Amino acid sequence: MKMTTMLKASTAALLITSGAAWAEAHAMTGPNGEALAETQEFVYRVLDEHSSVDPGIVEDVTGSELVRDLFEGLYNDSKTGDTLEPGVALSHTVSDDGLVYTFTLREDAKWSNGDPVTAGDFVYAWRRAASPELASPYSWYMELMALENVGAVLAGDAPLEDLGVTAIDDYTLEVTLTEPLPYFPQMLTHATTFPVPQSVIEAFGDQWTRPENIVSNGAYVLSEHIPQERSVRVKNDMYWDADNTIIESVTALVINDENQALTRFLADELDRTEVPAGQFPRLSEEYPEQTVSFPRLCNYYYSFNLRDDGPEAFKDVRVRQALAMAIDRDVITDNVLAGGQPAAYTFTPAATANFEVPDVEMASMTQQERNEKAIELLAEAGYGPDNPLSFEMVYNTSDAHRSIAVAMSQMWKQTLGVEATLANQEWQTFLEARDNGDFELARGAWCGDYNEASTFLDLLQTNSGYNDAKYSNSEVDQLLAEAKTASDPNPLYEQVEQIIAEDMPVIPIYHYAGNYMMDEALIPSWPVENVQQNWYSKDLYFVADE
Amino acid sequence: MYVYIIKRLAVAIPTILILVVFSFVLMYWAPGGPFNSERPLPAQVMANIEAKYGLDQPVWKQMIDYVWGVVTRFDFGPSFQYTDRTVNDVIAQGFPVTLTYGFWSAIAAVLVGVTLGIAAALKHNSWLDYIAVGITIGAQALPNFVMAPILVLIFTLWLGWLPGGGWNGGQWQYVIMPVIALSTSYMASIARITRSSMLEVMNSNFIRTARAKGLPMRRVVLRHALKPTLLPVISYLGPAVVGMITGSVVVDIAFSTGGIGQFFVNSAFNRDYSVIMGITILVGMLTITFNLLVDILYAWIDPKIRY
Repeated sequence: MKMTTMLKASTAALLITSGAAWAEAHAMTGPNGEALAETQEFVYRVLDEHSSVDPGIVEDVTGSELVRDLFEGLYNDSKTGDTLEPGVALSHTVSDDGLVYTFTLREDAKWSNGDPVTAGDFVYAWRRAASPELASPYSWYMELMALENVGAVLAGDAPLEDLGVTAIDDYTLEVTLTEPLPYFPQMLTHATTFPVPQSVIEAFGDQWTRPENIVSNGAYVLSEHIPQERSVRVKNDMYWDADNTIIESVTALVINDENQALTRFLADELDRTEVPAGQFPRLSEEYPEQTVSFPRLCNYYYSFNLRDDGPEAFKDVRVRQALAMAIDRDVITDNVLAGGQPAAYTFTPAATANFEVPDVEMASMTQQERNEKAIELLAEAGYGPDNPLSFEMVYNTSDAHRSIAVAMSQMWKQTLGVEATLANQEWQTFLEARDNGDFELARGAWCGDYNEASTFLDLLQTNSGYNDAKYSNSEVDQLLAEAKTASDPNPLYEQVEQIIAEDMPVIPIYHYAGNYMMDEALIPSWPVENVQQNWYSKDLYFVADE
Repeated sequence: MYVYIIKRLAVAIPTILILVVFSFVLMYWAPGGPFNSERPLPAQVMANIEAKYGLDQPVWKQMIDYVWGVVTRFDFGPSFQYTDRTVNDVIAQGFPVTLTYGFWSAIAAVLVGVTLGIAAALKHNSWLDYIAVGITIGAQALPNFVMAPILVLIFTLWLGWLPGGGWNGGQWQYVIMPVIALSTSYMASIARITRSSMLEVMNSNFIRTARAKGLPMRRVVLRHALKPTLLPVISYLGPAVVGMITGSVVVDIAFSTGGIGQFFVNSAFNRDYSVIMGITILVGMLTITFNLLVDILYAWIDPKIRY
């Protein structure tokens, strides 16, 4: 063959192969038939390094986002977040007493090394997560799931085999609970319940989660991890739904400073970052196509210390009501936060699935009326110009928390003549002080573990470990206990909210909103309706420029 | 000389031990712990964790076990925050990063600082002197947490020449801005020290003699004036180099480099006891080493000093 012909032939071959590759890349369209962008690589900012990608151990949001991509549990959250989609489990049945769940697993689920994912992998993972030996900080989640014998297993008093989870065969998993939990299936989208590869863990011990060792069953595998800098996950070809997974690689960059992250977003180095506090109005005006705001399943409140040795003034319900009423929440949400956060008059966010916000009295009043009522209540309680009320409000060090606290104390001072001293504490110091009841009024915030009102209201139960106020009302306890087994618990939750609005053990301030800067090609596939923001890279895609 | 070095090294051991004890006590005094979070853990879970990491032992026992592990196995223990990593891993990961940009910062600070200082001193009270003094005062007054975002604004957003952060294995594009941000204020100090030291030396008798002999200016400066001029610079360099190579939390955070400074501060916030201790010991050892090096350099340069 002459040189020129050879060159031509190879050029032709090259053209054919690259043409084929081009055709393949463009053959895919989005789930709704959208044209897709040529590169499908997602780069996003995370605030902090993830704690772990071990499903049994992971406890932070960043880590959970990674784990949801790397591993797949029995069920996944849908895009809207209020329904479930099959993961490794296709379906389940529940016994009449609501205590025994039987899951049917898909037979085409594989680990990234090609091994099948079986019911035994779940049994191993759940026992491991509850074992005193692993000592996972999230083992309490197994307790929350009310698995049979979980308390004894956690305490090391019963063998792991006693935990209420059994593999009937390779593709049938049976779970036994101690009490019926209406929201049990929803709890299974949580990382702690995901399967883990026994052989790999036994071979590598603590180091099994390193990129060179890890085997996972999700849509992605971990390919690179440089602590405090980046982690990269790439598409897992062994995943059962790999054909419909569009994003090829996902990179999480650790950027502690939100303003630096914003700059890098504007320099096109990132596809998603959080909007720095207070900058939403400016950014949404300058970059309307790239800013998004949506409700989140989190609340922001202040707790009164109602312990016996707490401030006397707060034991008077009129004082608590007066303080709650004199806060103009609209000023806080519209002027201080300015990111589309809804003002809160109930503890549970309106965004919670199936939760109807009850008409609490305070919500229906104008601020003028609230202020008048507050003055009246405080005077009745015996506080006024001759006997001014003063206390200290404490929050963990942060600019955003300080701005809100300043606004609150100003409102109290102007409307009620109340003297609130601000005190900020470093995070760990703050946690310890709040936990020990070493405060008068303390900031609190809670993000739902699952999308149901009890994830919030349980905090106000007498014996809840997270009841910072140490509020105790037997009626509330009674209603919440009933709700656990009620076929429709929502009317009970509304009753609880009404009681709280009367008793006011906490002052709800606002409910969170997610404020992001996002590549406009990514926005169509982002699950903005999922209030828990349980997103899966496998469901995302970049649409083509029009 | 050798006896002196051995003596100094012998003193280093109790110094490090005191540092360990002091840090340990301070750390345990601080409220909170590595496993405290927004959601207090159930007592049983906490007990399991404490047993796993030996935190259920009395503090003195923990401290002895820790020191024993470090001395016999050079093992700084597991990170409480990042369960799949040991402190040795954390240091092996972060220290090369800070060492890289710290090394280049030290080089840049010395080269630019000394040159600027000498030039300013030799052209005393000329426009060059005024410009050099102006630059150094400006550079010293501009803290690196202000400089870093300005650099990013100019080189990333406006000019688009350099990436806005990250490390990427230490590619040169990623190293430039951290080096500028870190070295500038050191450079300014070195320039000011060099300038005043040079002015003093140039007025001393032996320089007058050298010039009276008719030596060319170049030779006077390089051969006779430079060595004594650099003495105060060298004593400044000991702690400065340690400061640079152990990183700056500001630079780490502003450029997301993944360096050790960031780990150090985060570990303090997270009460990641073993990481705090590991990095404290590392910084302590480096400080002792560099101070020793400076003293040796001194003896080599200054004939008046002999050990």
